Amino acid sequence: MSAALITPQKNRIQAVLQHASGDKRFKILEVHMKKHQFRQDALIEVLHKAQELFGYLEDDLLLFISYKLKLPPSRVYGVATFYHFFQLKPQGEHTCVVCLGTACYVKGADKIINGIQDKYKIKAGETTADNKLSLLTARCIGACGIAPAVTYDGHVAPKQTPEAALERIKTWIQ
Amino acid sequence: MQLDELKAIAEKHRSSRKKIIVRTCMSAGCMSSQADIIKKNLEAEAKAQGLEADVEVRRVGCMGFCGQGPLVGWDNSGEHGLWEFVKPEDAASIIAALKGGECKVQRGDPKHPFFAKQMHIVRANGGIIDPERIEDYIAIGGYTALHHSLTELQPAQVVEEVTKSGLRGRGGAGFPSGLKWGTVAKSPGAKKYVVCNGDEGDPGAFMDRSVLESDPHLVLEGMAIAAYAVGADQGYLYVRAEYPLAISRLQIAIKQAKQLGLLGAGIFESPFNFNVDIRIGAGAFVCGEETALMASVEGKRGTPRPRPPFPAESGLWGCPTLINNVETFANISAIINKGGEWYAGIGTEKSKGTKVFALTGKIKNNGLIEVPMGIPLRQIIMEMGGGAPDGRSIKSVQTGGPSGGCIPADYLDTPVDYESLTKLGSIMGSGGMVVMDDTTNMVEIAKFYMEFCMEESCGKCIPCRAGTVQMFNLLEKITQRKATARDLAKLEELCDMVKNTSLCGLGQTAPNPVISTLKFFRKEYAELLQPDPFGP
Repeated sequence: MSAALITPQKNRIQAVLQHASGDKRFKILEVHMKKHQFRQDALIEVLHKAQELFGYLEDDLLLFISYKLKLPPSRVYGVATFYHFFQLKPQGEHTCVVCLGTACYVKGADKIINGIQDKYKIKAGETTADNKLSLLTARCIGACGIAPAVTYDGHVAPKQTPEAALERIKTWIQ
Repeated sequence: MQLDELKAIAEKHRSSRKKIIVRTCMSAGCMSSQADIIKKNLEAEAKAQGLEADVEVRRVGCMGFCGQGPLVGWDNSGEHGLWEFVKPEDAASIIAALKGGECKVQRGDPKHPFFAKQMHIVRANGGIIDPERIEDYIAIGGYTALHHSLTELQPAQVVEEVTKSGLRGRGGAGFPSGLKWGTVAKSPGAKKYVVCNGDEGDPGAFMDRSVLESDPHLVLEGMAIAAYAVGADQGYLYVRAEYPLAISRLQIAIKQAKQLGLLGAGIFESPFNFNVDIRIGAGAFVCGEETALMASVEGKRGTPRPRPPFPAESGLWGCPTLINNVETFANISAIINKGGEWYAGIGTEKSKGTKVFALTGKIKNNGLIEVPMGIPLRQIIMEMGGGAPDGRSIKSVQTGGPSGGCIPADYLDTPVDYESLTKLGSIMGSGGMVVMDDTTNMVEIAKFYMEFCMEESCGKCIPCRAGTVQMFNLLEKITQRKATARDLAKLEELCDMVKNTSLCGLGQTAPNPVISTLKFFRKEYAELLQPDPFGP
């Protein structure tokens, strides 16, 4: 994004639109914005859709949204970086989200995260070098009754242990 | 839509019911253990065993006993039963058991204290109705409270009823709901909004998720009644992105209610219009604070602003706005149907009605319970929760999440109401109760919460932004056994400063876990301190 701010804005927008014209997903995103009548207060909804389509929010995507919603890029970037849910970096093929809510924590979620960190030599928020696994943490996914919970590629699994988590991840990384 | 049409839908739905109903919990907890496959298998088995005409396999919301899930319940001519830890391959024997066959699946006890001591208002339909079918909700009397309000009560009378009930905000602070509704109703302005706060950010609390997943129409009806009472025509339901199932069920519910004319223009053929839009959060704890939540609804960074002006006077886009929690709205239709006085008869003098708690952590029976206010904590933890597992003893109960405190085991006889918990240095909060046993290190817990607040601080005001970092560093130093008494004194001083000078609730309550653990478990801190090389 910093590079985007240095480039003269007009040329940059042209380049972004050029990029967008060759990618069908931008078209889908624009339809979604239209559904919200290009309202500026729908920014968060639009960012959700963008992340769903692209997997993460790259600079061109943020500039495209700011151009279409007639918002300053700083505002779009500010919102995208404020909320934890939005990813500005590409994720690995598989994601493993360990819930670190209180109930999961007192039942040993920290041991699960340490187990994965030690085995794959990545910290929470990082992706393995082969781009297979992204390790993330959540601040409570509301599955406290079945703590500790881990979300593997979007599917919540109950009552996890470090062993169970490593076993599951092993099936991804052959 | 008229009342007789509503009654016709209810009657038609009731008469088409089959003799035996098998209820499969399809809330997020049980769904994580393949509840969807269990339901599919049960349906296939009912067909295979020739019981299709008698057995209805129904998708239901949360039954509460999440720790024993996946749960399957059944009703057969007035009798009820429950199966626990169900697996997809158990479907055949469960269906066979309905005809008196052998079944090895663990049976739950509906008379277990976990269930028997509960009192259901908010969760009355949870685990009974299908949350994705509006007919199910109408069949148990849904939307009659809205009809009654629109046709027989003046807006001021609705506010009066809520005031009489003594209902207080269930989001944490416990502000009297009637007073808030009255303020919004009296605020001048042509455009007003109703906002439902479903940004349940407290780690350890999941009652709002459960209510939204199990009974979305109950919340929508409560919001519509509120909108009528205060004169609003637009509502926003702010839900966390972490709750995808709740979001999809709400979308279905809103669509169905619109189709039947229970939301939208001219509800029940009155001049009252009300639309609800869902706003999806994006993972920011601070958005549970009402002014931050409104900024987020407007598509901005979720940073709070000073109050006054309160949202009741100047909220969304500067218009008077009523903000209540999910559980607060879920109480409304019962209050209208049964009257404010009935509601005020439940609970204690200052805390009326029931409260849903999420009982989790080191406890035998994990899940959601709804109990009358004022119930002793001991009854919840020891009788309903069954105490700590593995023969350990209970050390403390944490209530109110990162804004609350730890209640030590010696105080288990405290009645659970707003005032008593505040007196102990904790808060009711949204209703999370995380139980800790004697293996839990209280200083680590304080550090855990401080790290949470540090990361969730929005950065707008300095006491919270910088203070939480300094407090976290001091706590880290203590847990690493590098701190002296001087550091502990500094920590206490910082707690006081951050508490008194922060802009919003997040900062003002961030030191609470430290203050309360220092109050009751000071010994654990002292044991970690090193002698001061420069003397005392």
